[in-house]
Amino acid sequence: MTGKTESAARAVDVWKSYGTGEAAVTALGGVSVDFERGRFTAIMGPSGSGKSTLMHCLAGLDTIDSGDVWIGDTKVNGLRDKGLTDLRRTKVGFIFQQFNLLPTLTAEENITLPPAIGGRKVDRAWFDTVVDTVGLRDRLSHRPTQLSGGQQQRVACARALVSRPEVVFADEPTGNLDSRSGAEVLGFLQRSAREFGQTVVMVTHDPNAASYADRVIFLADGRIVRELHQPTADAVLETMKHLDGDELVVV
Amino acid sequence: MLKATLKSVLSRKLRLVLSGLAVVLGVMFVSGSFVLTDTLDRSFKSLFTTIYSDVDVQVAVKPKVGSDDPDQALAGTLTGDDLAKVKSVEGAGRVVGDVVGSARPIGENGKVLTTSGAPRLGTAWRDGGQEQLREGRAPVRDDEVAISAYLAKTGGFSVGEQISLITLEPKKTFTVAGIFGYPGNRDSLGGELTTAFTEATAQRLLLGQPGAYSGITVQAAPGVAEDVLRQRVQDKLGDAYQVKTGEQLSKDSADQVGEGLSFFNYVLLGFAGIALFVGVFIILNTFSIIVAQRTRELALLRAMGASQRQMIGTVVLEAVVIGLIASVVGLGAGIGVGALLANIFSTVGGGSLRLEGISVPLSAVISAFAVGIVVTVLAAVLPALRASRIPPVAAMREAATPDRPLTRPTIAGTALTAAGGGLLWYGFAEGALWFIMSGLLVSFIGVALLTPLISRPVVSVIGKLLSWSMPGTLGRRNSARNPRRTAITAAALMVGIALITGVSVVLTSATTSITKVAEGQVKSDLIVSGEASGPGGDATFQPGRLDEVARLSGVDSSFGWYSDRILVDGKPQFGIAVTDVPVMQKQFGLSAKEGAFAELADGTLALDEDSAAALGVKQGSTVSVQTTKGEARTYAVALVYAKNNVLVNAIVLPEGAAKQFRVEQLSNAFVQVSPGVAVQDVQKRVEPLFADNPEITVQDRSAFVKQQASQLDTVLLMIQILLALAILIAVLGVINTLALSVIERTRELGLLRAIGMRRAQVMRMITVESVVISVFGALLGLGVGTALGVGAVRALKDEGFTDLGIPWAQMGSYLLIAAVIGVVAAILPAIRAARLNVLQAISYE
Repeated sequence: MTGKTESAARAVDVWKSYGTGEAAVTALGGVSVDFERGRFTAIMGPSGSGKSTLMHCLAGLDTIDSGDVWIGDTKVNGLRDKGLTDLRRTKVGFIFQQFNLLPTLTAEENITLPPAIGGRKVDRAWFDTVVDTVGLRDRLSHRPTQLSGGQQQRVACARALVSRPEVVFADEPTGNLDSRSGAEVLGFLQRSAREFGQTVVMVTHDPNAASYADRVIFLADGRIVRELHQPTADAVLETMKHLDGDELVVV
Repeated sequence: MLKATLKSVLSRKLRLVLSGLAVVLGVMFVSGSFVLTDTLDRSFKSLFTTIYSDVDVQVAVKPKVGSDDPDQALAGTLTGDDLAKVKSVEGAGRVVGDVVGSARPIGENGKVLTTSGAPRLGTAWRDGGQEQLREGRAPVRDDEVAISAYLAKTGGFSVGEQISLITLEPKKTFTVAGIFGYPGNRDSLGGELTTAFTEATAQRLLLGQPGAYSGITVQAAPGVAEDVLRQRVQDKLGDAYQVKTGEQLSKDSADQVGEGLSFFNYVLLGFAGIALFVGVFIILNTFSIIVAQRTRELALLRAMGASQRQMIGTVVLEAVVIGLIASVVGLGAGIGVGALLANIFSTVGGGSLRLEGISVPLSAVISAFAVGIVVTVLAAVLPALRASRIPPVAAMREAATPDRPLTRPTIAGTALTAAGGGLLWYGFAEGALWFIMSGLLVSFIGVALLTPLISRPVVSVIGKLLSWSMPGTLGRRNSARNPRRTAITAAALMVGIALITGVSVVLTSATTSITKVAEGQVKSDLIVSGEASGPGGDATFQPGRLDEVARLSGVDSSFGWYSDRILVDGKPQFGIAVTDVPVMQKQFGLSAKEGAFAELADGTLALDEDSAAALGVKQGSTVSVQTTKGEARTYAVALVYAKNNVLVNAIVLPEGAAKQFRVEQLSNAFVQVSPGVAVQDVQKRVEPLFADNPEITVQDRSAFVKQQASQLDTVLLMIQILLALAILIAVLGVINTLALSVIERTRELGLLRAIGMRRAQVMRMITVESVVISVFGALLGLGVGTALGVGAVRALKDEGFTDLGIPWAQMGSYLLIAAVIGVVAAILPAIRAARLNVLQAISYE
């Protein structure tokens, strides 16, 4: 009746297509995947491979045509708007590529926004731990416009973690950052999985970013085609090349 | 460029509708006023042509005192001799002596029947006149009357029933012998209530003189021209008589109604102007937001080589297109509204005025297009200039434009507010309407410029009250995000609320002042007055009743007066003939300036110092006084009394002068109760004396004051209704600003939804923003309105505004209404925001 408790998020034979009839495009073609609790997983694949769609469906931002999606022991498909909102509020954290913060709020207010919206109290000890880990202690009263891109993204990371969600979904979190800021953010995501046991799922097309993860799954044409554990950047790059090669063969 | 602009307009339909709607409403008001007044004007012209259709020449006595009222039949009377003279004129056909006066029928509820402006007439029945019997027969006996079908319907009378009427004499009861209509199967000519008596009764009750006529109507013999006959009659009777052709009479009456209608039109256009002024704010704001949102698009055009003039051109062209469309729609709506109001007027208001078809005068069309296009373009000029100043490099930068400093608008705003205040002060002090209007305009613009500066502290205070939850806090922060945008939106609401508040303050101060004077200075405990007493008013009572009042136990002193319009040295004045001047002095607390209070001797008069100064007289001067009847007489000024707020601008004449008044009956009486006697007890004894006259009421002092003040409430209500349009347009502005903000913040909303904000919370956030803006606008309006009202009251101190009254309750309700407006305005934008697709919103460009 419930999802396996050892997995923080799970997709079972998920199908998803856009458009109808002749113009229909299959974005996900029977994807089944488990995201174990406390692990940092990267989803990779070429443009149009369905990696972002998979993440959106896992997070309940997009609907699926068939299959099942679980976050912890909550079945995501079938929930209505209110249920999905509650899910996002309590069980899911988000980090987007850009535009992650509200310009009217300070860094601290942005970080505590999810509990504030949910009318819950902020766990101050946990808040302090998170803030110190991302190194934003002296920036808490700043507005987003007064922060650098890397600092803004670290605020977004802290916000995603502050409610201790089942899963943090990160959508190309380093796409808009220079390499140093990107490394800081990735290092933080890695630490949050290893030290705090936070499950993190990250979509990226950058092999270097993927090398921070414990596990990388590769998507092509809406299917999972490869999987790497404890990857290095080189190994990821190599796999990507093969994927491209496979595609060439297919086409 | 034209093609690009048109595409841009059409691709943003919502924006087009919202900014256009403000103009549509304004144009609708303007063209509707023209259609309404033009239609009514033509209908009245046709009505008067009908009324005078069987009159070729009419004779009346030249009025001695100029009067606005053509139905003042008592201007003077003609005799049987005059009638005989006219009959002997060569070429005169049917010659009839008219007896026309005022007769007020009493309805089933015991109250006098009222019309909305049309007269309540009594006439002498004439066979072969315009009146056509429908039922029964003509009145034959002195206690019989025939009534118009409209009166029969209004009062529910039928043949054989009793009808009571008030004429110069108190209530008298008659039997309805017949019911008559008019040619064309009309129940009435224009909503009037007519009762026809036998000639003798009519002469006695309506003119107060047996054998007298109010006028003579002549029909020309076949082949005799109206003009020729008119000249012959005039020659026969001499210059003391006014002889007019039917055509002339019809024209005179129509002109007079036309004058009233054109005044009415000006009032409506004034309110339309206010609505359009508010519309300018809305359009200005809309275009500003659009230019800000399209900064990158416009900068790209610049980068590709578009000139500054072309940039201005695109924005202005967009304004012209919107203005043109709005004018067409507004004109159409205006014709509809004008027609609707004309129909309401003809069926409900004016009784049975026949509409001569709805007409659309050229003025309505021209003004619709002129106003619609000019207003829209005017409002778009500033945003257009701003668009032209966008540097090409902005195309490459992130859109975030830094807050521009508020120094320049603040300086300009301070200067304009001060200038506007000065104009207003001069305008109120001198009673110069143009100064008041331009002062209002200038100071509103000045305050609007200051609003962004004020908005920061005020908005944060209002917002704190509403931000007990996170969505509330976000809404408050959003409203403070762009001070200029919030400020203009709020300023639009300010205009309407400021005007309403200003008027309320003035009217409340008037009430407070009246009450203060009444409670402090006046010692009269009971006031006997008619519903429409005053000069030319109908409700009067016989002097004998005052004597009966004086004899009642518990009455300490009493006096009364007759009132009429008079001419003093040729200048129109309000004259009263007072029964007992010393008692009046005592009850009203008057003090003498020159001379002493005593019973006025025949041929002497008293006046207040202002009137004396205006007429250039002092004690001992002589003046010529012309009353309605009789010849002009010379009066000596016996007394000049000090300026006061009880008896204002009245010329006090001795009681005997009333013999030459229009109606030799009292219009008011004042009673002071003996010490230790309850006022109510005396009121109970006085009331029965006037029981036969439902037009006369006996009130204690506070009830009288309340009744006077309630007339001001009607004025306030009318102004509130007319200003509601300006407020409605301001509400559109709030909706507009919110809708554009929601579009602008699509990604933010997506983010909030993604991290767990509920739809209801999104809606609450938008609602708080809306309420903050509306309440801010209302507070501004209340502040500015109070300042306006206080200024006006101070400036009018010499006109009797002794005390300042602040209408706290009303102001509180305006604030509450503003909050409700905020909630209502937020509905559509909030639903739109809540329905956003999270995924699409996050990736929105």
